[in-house]
Amino acid sequence: MIFLRKLAGLAASLPILVLPTAQAAVPQLTVYTYASFVSEWGPGPLIEQAFEKHCNCDLKFVGLEDGGALLSRLKLEGKRTAADVILGLDTALTGEAEQTGLLQEHNITLGSINLALPWSDLLFVPYDFGYFGFVYDSETLPTPPGSLEELVHDRDGPRIIIQDPRTSTPGLGLLLWMRKVFGTDDQAAWTALAPRIVTVTKGWSEAYGLFLKGEAPMVLSYTTSPAYHRQVEQNNRYQVAMFSEGHYRQVEVAARLSTSSEPQLAQNFLRFLLSDTVQNILPTTNWMLPSVRTGQGLPDAFRDEEVPERMLQFDSLEVRDQRKQWISRWLIALSR
Amino acid sequence: MRLSALWPGGFAVFFLVAVVGGSLLTVVLQFRDSNLVEVLSDTYLHSVIRFTLWQAMLSTLLSVGLALPVARAYARQSHFFGRHTLVMLMGLPVVMPVIVAVLGIVSIYGHNGVINQLLRVTGVAPAFNIYGLSGILLAHVFFNLPLAVRLLLPAWEQIPGESWRLANTLGMSSSQLFRFIEWPSLTSFLPGTLVIIFLLCFTSFAVVLTLGGGPNATTVEVAIYQTLRFDFDPARATLLALIQLALCATIALAMIRWLRALPISQGLQLQTKDRPDCQALTYRIQDAVLIVASTLFIGLPIAAIVVAGLQGPILGVILDPVLWQATGRSLGIALLATSLASLVALGLAMTARRLVLEYRKPQATDIALWVGSLTLAVPPMVIGTGLFLWVLMTDMPQMTTLLLIALVNALMVLPYALRSIAPVLINSGRHYHRLCQQLGLEGWMRFRLIDWPAIRRPVAFAAGLGGALSFGDMGVAALFDTSGAITLPVMLYYRMSAYRFDEAAVTALVLVLISVLVFWLLNRTLGRWPS
Repeated sequence: MIFLRKLAGLAASLPILVLPTAQAAVPQLTVYTYASFVSEWGPGPLIEQAFEKHCNCDLKFVGLEDGGALLSRLKLEGKRTAADVILGLDTALTGEAEQTGLLQEHNITLGSINLALPWSDLLFVPYDFGYFGFVYDSETLPTPPGSLEELVHDRDGPRIIIQDPRTSTPGLGLLLWMRKVFGTDDQAAWTALAPRIVTVTKGWSEAYGLFLKGEAPMVLSYTTSPAYHRQVEQNNRYQVAMFSEGHYRQVEVAARLSTSSEPQLAQNFLRFLLSDTVQNILPTTNWMLPSVRTGQGLPDAFRDEEVPERMLQFDSLEVRDQRKQWISRWLIALSR
Repeated sequence: MRLSALWPGGFAVFFLVAVVGGSLLTVVLQFRDSNLVEVLSDTYLHSVIRFTLWQAMLSTLLSVGLALPVARAYARQSHFFGRHTLVMLMGLPVVMPVIVAVLGIVSIYGHNGVINQLLRVTGVAPAFNIYGLSGILLAHVFFNLPLAVRLLLPAWEQIPGESWRLANTLGMSSSQLFRFIEWPSLTSFLPGTLVIIFLLCFTSFAVVLTLGGGPNATTVEVAIYQTLRFDFDPARATLLALIQLALCATIALAMIRWLRALPISQGLQLQTKDRPDCQALTYRIQDAVLIVASTLFIGLPIAAIVVAGLQGPILGVILDPVLWQATGRSLGIALLATSLASLVALGLAMTARRLVLEYRKPQATDIALWVGSLTLAVPPMVIGTGLFLWVLMTDMPQMTTLLLIALVNALMVLPYALRSIAPVLINSGRHYHRLCQQLGLEGWMRFRLIDWPAIRRPVAFAAGLGGALSFGDMGVAALFDTSGAITLPVMLYYRMSAYRFDEAAVTALVLVLISVLVFWLLNRTLGRWPS
């Protein structure tokens, strides 16, 4: 009986464990995003504070596992979705997101904004971007390869850890990068690289964790990763290898939903993302490059020589149509 | 047969079918555009299934094969300093978040791990590479050898002192003891252990990808994740889930049918001090070597996790109130999941016992254990998606999120609960069934006076393990909105995805310590709860 009473006590205490769902008097704007955006180290809390100061609204972030989870949640919910804005898709996923027919044009004149990248899409607003790159440990690897070509074909080159394109965004990024550089010879390139791939992980965290444990001198990450180590850890040990062919670019975007009951507020939020306020928050919280050139410029930890001179990128519709085929080519090449 | 006698098990089965079947059906009905024939004839899937079966078979054989001598060593040496702690340590690997365990394993056995560093310095042997099948097997043995030891140890506790004394009189050798006394008792524990470990290895995901070295190492579970997440084809994911379930069900059935439980002699004194071979010096040395070797194998990676945690920013992490809120939520989920799983397990076991004792259907035990274990073969991602669609269609409030996570965790904990409770409950029935009938003891009174004292310890063990397991589980938590209601493992994962690996190491240490605490507390309190 004591047990039952304890159970009842537990059940009664449950609602406390759950977020309050009280109705707000002001309009609410629901933004679906990926989890690290809203974590206490991410830009989410700062953006929420800044936006709510002026919008007379309640901004509510819903954090999902990653960009892939974001898109599948949208497809799962369809027209029932509670989201007004979806934030955090990247250019490898926008083609598929467009196909859902759930998105509405942003109607923002991007021409008047000093964008750091050429952009004219009518649905998606680019809030930041980055380049995939191989981060290396300068203590164990004094001279990294200078190009993707060298990484792939130098038999005595460094061993690397990469992510799986079937389960992770950077993994897919490398697949596209290789395709861009080697074209239809991509399979031969993968086969040549295979002996030096220590392992292929499910996601970025596993790969980077193994790299920090010293399991390989190089890991697939972002060109902005060293900036984190410099800024937060005052550590200059981890560097990024700049490749002469250029680096594959990932643009992170946001869009509003046609089912939203707050289209104006959603548009205001999208415009706010491109404001100097948000753009100055993003570099040191999301560790990506701001898509707008702000008066303040980049923080010191970010270095010009770590911004690739050449940008590589496929059209998002091409990625949508070819992704499955390219992944099976990758599977065949690495399974030999 | 009176139907009313079967309601506890009937209710449990109904619950399982409703949750598992219901959520799968929801997904299929919502997105029914996949073609079964096309899925079945996919050659990529064939190679994935072949690899999954192969690694699961090898992992299971290795884990259980190595666990048998280790468990025997623990059984033989029933009183030595620290035994209790070591046996408890055995419960730890299986409850750790996979990514934490993998980083711990790599710190010891990886390229740059302690062992390879020693080899490089001393030059005794060339450094070795764990990535590939060897890495998968190593990790699976790390997780499952200790679990198998824990699940098999009760086999020795069932052996009555009379048997040992008889063996003593007959002058049996150690191998004869194993054949005539220990093996018959093991036959009722081995099949269930094999099934659980096989299912765990079959559905293994992040371990296989991370340590497997490349896309050759792909399990069906990986394919399901890929289908659901990047290809977004829920119907196809459900079909893959059903294929996985069917394969696992068949193999689990074969494992259960393969070993028939042999009858064991009944007695009242359960003690091993009369064992003829537990004092001999050779056996004591042999046991010591086994116990030390297995402890090092499991303990070193755990020690690496502890050391990494102690090097991190401890104060900053543990003074953060968010950490304790997440801990609270995780504990709530763990308690709910464990209570639910224990109730379902109890229901299944009670009804199985009635069927065995009153209706002479000895196969009922096997069927109950089989049904209860198969929940491990159902991909949490697919169940989670189904449950999510339920919530969406019925406009349930968001607060149900934690309940849903607890529900999916309960499915995961059920096999352990059932495996620990059912054999003991049925045995207690064999002992006291006549007596209870003569005294007219039934229902609650019988449960309280006769059954509870017998099953108290197994229930406590299962609750402890289940509590710790769902406390440390990342599982489906990340599927739902995690911005406000994050659990401790989710928090750990987010720290890692924000470069905070040092803080993640401290969080991992906190998680491991609380898992031990949960396990210890539940084991203690329930194990001594008077009737």
